[in-house]
Amino acid sequence: MDLTKLTIRQCHEGLKKGDFTSVDLTKAFLEKIKKNNKELNAYLLVDEAGALAQAEEADKKIESKDFGILCGVPCAIKDAIMVKDQKCTAGSKILENYVAPYDATVIEKLKKEGAVILGKTNLDEFTMGGSGENSAFGPTKNPHDKTRVSGGSSSGSAAAVASEMAVYTLGSDTGGSIRQPASFCGIVGLCPTYGSVSRYGLIAHGSSLDQIGSMTKSVEDAKIVFEAISGKDLKDATSVDYKFKESEVDLKGLKIGVPKEYFAKGIEPEVEKIVRDAIKKAEKLGAKIIEISLPSTEYALASYYIIGPSEISANLARFDGIKYGLSEPGKDLLDVYLKSKGHGFGAEVKRRIMIGTYCLSSGYYDAYYKKAQEVRQLIKQDFEKAFEKVDLIFTPVSPFPAFKIGEKADDPIAMYLADIYTIPMKLAGLPGLSLPVGKVGKLPVGLQIIGNHFQENKILSVAEQIEKT
Amino acid sequence: MISKEEVLRIAKLARLELSDKEVEKMQKDLSAILDYFALLKKAPKLSKAQIASAKVLSLRRDEIISQNREVVEKLIDAAPDKKDDYIKVKTIL
Repeated sequence: MDLTKLTIRQCHEGLKKGDFTSVDLTKAFLEKIKKNNKELNAYLLVDEAGALAQAEEADKKIESKDFGILCGVPCAIKDAIMVKDQKCTAGSKILENYVAPYDATVIEKLKKEGAVILGKTNLDEFTMGGSGENSAFGPTKNPHDKTRVSGGSSSGSAAAVASEMAVYTLGSDTGGSIRQPASFCGIVGLCPTYGSVSRYGLIAHGSSLDQIGSMTKSVEDAKIVFEAISGKDLKDATSVDYKFKESEVDLKGLKIGVPKEYFAKGIEPEVEKIVRDAIKKAEKLGAKIIEISLPSTEYALASYYIIGPSEISANLARFDGIKYGLSEPGKDLLDVYLKSKGHGFGAEVKRRIMIGTYCLSSGYYDAYYKKAQEVRQLIKQDFEKAFEKVDLIFTPVSPFPAFKIGEKADDPIAMYLADIYTIPMKLAGLPGLSLPVGKVGKLPVGLQIIGNHFQENKILSVAEQIEKT
Repeated sequence: MISKEEVLRIAKLARLELSDKEVEKMQKDLSAILDYFALLKKAPKLSKAQIASAKVLSLRRDEIISQNREVVEKLIDAAPDKKDDYIKVKTIL
């Protein structure tokens, strides 16, 4: 039996029956990482000793029969989420040697469950990007075609699951960073409702948008991880007291909205066909398909690339060479700031800091930031109106499958357009899931299922039914 | 196109040192991105009712939650330049 092929549930059953131990599982994954990671570059750090120690601990728990479903199951963590005493680089030179002083709340929760953490996965620098190419430590390659990107920013987390180098991984999603790489790599990616999972210990990008979520082989696994990491946290004021309850939602009579704006232009015909076929499948299972309109969609990208970078320009001011990270010597304090940031940050991060600083600067605030916030309100209201009529919304995740490494690297706007379907619901704080529903050649294509706030149960139940057909 | 001076002004506000080559590329990129933002001009204005319906998500008191000593020590330890429990900063004046 190839242990690296198993889902969380299958691992759990095997551990329970004594077919294998957590140490067996962990060793199988470590071996696979040794064999494949050099080429894929999904992991930035592999903690062999730590993972084996956690596996031994888990095996003791398993022997006592009192253990949860994640106990002893090997996972990996996006390198923007802090795991105590391990390096946390955020894919940036500026944090190349930074060691996390504490666990993120999600890590604390996973550790309590007895999880085995194999290592930290590659990402676009500070989670900014849609291809993985912005990592200071080299791009992650797509396991389905190594000349192509794995998507981003959770590039390594997606590739690690797709290439069976972890049972599941955690990623983070600000404008599509879980769902888009999940779609490109053919796995299940869940970006939960803003506020349902604590952001404490996630290196900040855009604080009004960032959300941690799971990347898994199956919808059931997504459910298991979401249940484990969600909930109110005193250390994150935006987290919400909410307990996920699994429920079966009957597809029969369920109203599914399909926004016409998402199929208007720019989508590759083969991708459109696969997504439309998936929608038909839901219809065959009894769902009612309703064409809806989200009229403010065309403004979403511009609004996002003002609000996101504005928050970036504030959040990344902390990397000043004084408190932590790279510090370049300078003749005075200002010189230390200028040099540390100038040498530490990569091109895309600098670009976004500049956009944000520009939009917030005196004389431009009303035209950019204020306007973008108003548009964000319009987009929210579009979704509010839509959810009066429908239960879920189905859209593509991306207008195209994984593109070639280097193809869009020199054109920031072409790169930003890769997020066109994943950004609007993010501005409204809604949950969304990417479900693999087909392939163009060997390249996977995802269906995006969007729900109303805190209706992950509906999304997951419906996704599971489509997954089974 | 955005001028070189404008890019340098923003870079100074952002405390970013940019090389000449970076300034040139930034002129080009920022101009293209800001041109794209012009799209927002044709977005409808919010009505008073729409503005009123915008909810404030959450506010909190600015409370100090104490950390355990181990974490505090690690936080200080992360600073590149320090003396005892103090983080050293260059003189400002």
